[in-house]
Amino acid sequence: MVDAARSFRYRLLMLMIAPGQDSAGPGSPPPIAAPATRLVIAASHSWRERLRLAAVDLADTARLWPLVWTLSLFDIRLRYRGSLLGPLWLTLSTAIMVGAIGFLYARLFHQDVRAYLPFLTISLVLWNFISTVASEATTCFTQADAMIRSIRMPHSVHAARVVMRNMLVLGHNVVVVAVVFALLGTRPGLDSFTLLPGFLLWLADAFAASLLLGLFGARFRDIPPIIASVMQIAFYVTPIMWSPAMLAHRGLARAFVDLNPFYALLEIIRAPLLGQPFEPGAWHLAVLYSLGLFLITGLIFVRARPRLPYWL
Amino acid sequence: MAQLIVDNVSVSFPLYHTESRSLKKTVFAAASGRLGEDSRHRLTVEALRGVSFTLNSGDRLGFIGSNGAGKTTLLRTMAGIYEPVAGSITIDGAVTALLDPGQGMNPDLTGNENIRLRALFNGYSEAQIRQLQEDVAAFAGLDQFLALPVRTYSSGMVVRLGFAMATAILPQILLMDEWILAGDASFLDKARHRLETMVRGAEILVLSSHSPTIILEWCNRLIWMENGMVKADGSPEEVLAAYLPPDQFAHALEAAGKAA
Repeated sequence: MVDAARSFRYRLLMLMIAPGQDSAGPGSPPPIAAPATRLVIAASHSWRERLRLAAVDLADTARLWPLVWTLSLFDIRLRYRGSLLGPLWLTLSTAIMVGAIGFLYARLFHQDVRAYLPFLTISLVLWNFISTVASEATTCFTQADAMIRSIRMPHSVHAARVVMRNMLVLGHNVVVVAVVFALLGTRPGLDSFTLLPGFLLWLADAFAASLLLGLFGARFRDIPPIIASVMQIAFYVTPIMWSPAMLAHRGLARAFVDLNPFYALLEIIRAPLLGQPFEPGAWHLAVLYSLGLFLITGLIFVRARPRLPYWL
Repeated sequence: MAQLIVDNVSVSFPLYHTESRSLKKTVFAAASGRLGEDSRHRLTVEALRGVSFTLNSGDRLGFIGSNGAGKTTLLRTMAGIYEPVAGSITIDGAVTALLDPGQGMNPDLTGNENIRLRALFNGYSEAQIRQLQEDVAAFAGLDQFLALPVRTYSSGMVVRLGFAMATAILPQILLMDEWILAGDASFLDKARHRLETMVRGAEILVLSSHSPTIILEWCNRLIWMENGMVKADGSPEEVLAAYLPPDQFAHALEAAGKAA
């Protein structure tokens, strides 16, 4: 156990001190020598041992972030390989969607377009991130089965890849938000300093959710369609196209808002961007749900991690 | 010094794939209070049972045995892909496993992109990645093809790329399944040369094969697997003499003598 931890530190050290110093082997046709490593894999049911291996898994993923980044970049590039506009389609399709829906729903809801459009844009862009992460997470391990079964790699790499890939998509969509805000003169509020912690919470949540849903999706093959329909319902139930204020006079069920984890998560980013006052309630709820998610994911990941390759 | 210790390792595959895998079954079973019974009666395939051996630098181990004897599962377990349900594996040294020709490559990405991913997995710098790409291109003889998606390659080219990629990063322990034999004759010579320099560097080679000739040529130790257990462990000549019918054994010895 100690040895594995030591060797990990050693590898890290070698990486920092001498990244280019791998000498050629004897006879030297294979030019690059792999660094020496030591790994002990013992079948153990003790939580301590399982926790250690799970922690190593996460630490290795953190070390491999250039790999995660490149995998995500290739994913996006592959999706649009051969298309004329390439990843610009991400930005363009969001812009078209926001433009079309914005004017239609502003009329349906009797809203002023100038106020409604920024709200809708930011909501749709954020929701797109949440729902795509949720649906792609369920297949993150099953789709990487060739990789998982051919090389020992930290499993959390595949969850991080889902998050990173969707961050890249979000980056393309933020352009639309910026343009709409600039055109309509919407200014983020004074409370926008809460954006950074909000963003970090989103990242952590997305990573945890990807791990959890990925493990469930690998073990139970019914999970992907179940999650897809849950997210579809969540889209209509959560204030995304509509804001709670718009429907308050109709006796809206407060549970949709007050207990809805998606609403809390959206609100901690959306409210400061739209210049609304800081709302501690949403933050409390978001943090509470996130802690619950981390706890459940932690338990399941520590327990199910060694079994994952058997499920694929 | 590289070392690989397999200590009393057992691996079993749960069979959820057909019956109990679906969530519906699990939920209904839980609702009707049969979950405990279900998990106790769960069907498993015992792929490996109490396998033990130790490999040191310079060992070239062969695995032989009928289909389904557990050879590939054992290689995967030694690579750390399947974590054993009992026993332990100690791997001292960098492992490369050449288990399937695809090597976990993404067929839609180009050869160069797949090489880059492999390099990043090993934590390489940009300069090292370029060096690796050049080395693989030269060794596999695929220069202009590396800019094309891997799915456009012939199966022999995929094997070349996989082998070149896996051995360009000099491992201390190399685990190989027999598909390497899919290469053409000139490539096989190159591959043999590279493996020889690698093994001469006092490292470990583990090879699973059905071919007695290959085993006699490459290995200095042979394990005969049967039903997930070690049936015999010894020098290739000893084990093959027990494994093969006498006439085939004589033939294999003769063929290996000619090749060497």
